[in-house]
Amino acid sequence: MSENVGIVIVSHSADVARGTALMVEQMVGREVPLGWCGGDPDGGLGTSVEAIMKAIDQAWSERGVAILVDLGGAETNSEMAIEMLPESRRGRVVVCNAPVVEGAVMAATEAASGATLEAVRRTAEELTPV
Amino acid sequence: MMIDQGARKRLIETVAQRVIASADELTDLDRAIGDGDHGSNMRRGFEAVLAAADELSGREFGQCLKGIGTTLVMKVGGASGPLYGTLFMALGKSLADEVTREQAAEAFAAALDAVKARGKSDVGQKTMLDVLFPVLGVLREGGAELGARLKAAASAAAQDTIPMRAIRGRASFLGERSIGHMDPGARSSALIVEAVVDAMEGFAMKDLKDLVVKDSVVNDLVVKDREVKDREVKDREVKDLA
Repeated sequence: MSENVGIVIVSHSADVARGTALMVEQMVGREVPLGWCGGDPDGGLGTSVEAIMKAIDQAWSERGVAILVDLGGAETNSEMAIEMLPESRRGRVVVCNAPVVEGAVMAATEAASGATLEAVRRTAEELTPV
Repeated sequence: MMIDQGARKRLIETVAQRVIASADELTDLDRAIGDGDHGSNMRRGFEAVLAAADELSGREFGQCLKGIGTTLVMKVGGASGPLYGTLFMALGKSLADEVTREQAAEAFAAALDAVKARGKSDVGQKTMLDVLFPVLGVLREGGAELGARLKAAASAAAQDTIPMRAIRGRASFLGERSIGHMDPGARSSALIVEAVVDAMEGFAMKDLKDLVVKDSVVNDLVVKDREVKDREVKDREVKDLA
């Protein structure tokens, strides 16, 4: 079990999600539990609550999981996925309001230093234009 | 009103078939101001609901609605999944097999609050809420011809989203350019309300394509009916004055 906060990348496109995950891995290696998903349940552009729940499971850390999303539906579906988690996990997963690629890389870098979930989220969200 | 297994099945089938039959229309609307996937997303979700119709209608009404919601959440694949999913799941929380109009209105109001929270949205932002809240208003009033009035309110409210400017969702990226198009979520909400009323009234559907045409004819009739009534009221006022 990892001692670092996990990162999940959710994009409408599987290619974007996978590419972002590769960038994160290159930055922080395997020190941070990582999950990603992209595409709707039929494999088209979109997001799937089921796939997001699986990605959260993959990136699970007792210290929590930070999700980075691209466009609207990814955020709504991620929030829905969090609500459908077992109660013991629900409070330890957050969606970051940050650009998906830059946010994921920054969040993972912060997570790799052993930071708390709140600190990881804050670091990602510092990138958000006001 | 008692929602027994037969009624539950008719409800599921009517709503699902109507949404599936209108998928292309929804996609066209979404292509104008969104990302063009509302029709295919809703079709995928309601095809899954339709495929589970026997199992879902076998559950008591609350669990049945919850099951519809969960299926939509899992299968739709766009923001409309959690939004419609939340609507049905919230309705399932408070409705039992025996439903009065007051209970339905109360449950619907609570469900709309849940949808508002899920979408971080409110009335006036060119969304499904702009159809569902006027419908709630009519449901609360009750009275004669309730079914027809619910349908007319839904259809008119969807039309009323045309001049609105989108503030939530992908359409908000367009800003001013979202004006002049009907919101696809408002349209799908109107479709669902109409289908629910038809199913409740035991409306026998023979040909879905026919119905799409009929709907627009019905709308025209409703508008004409309103114009006639307005004229009658005016005539009476003029007479009273004289």
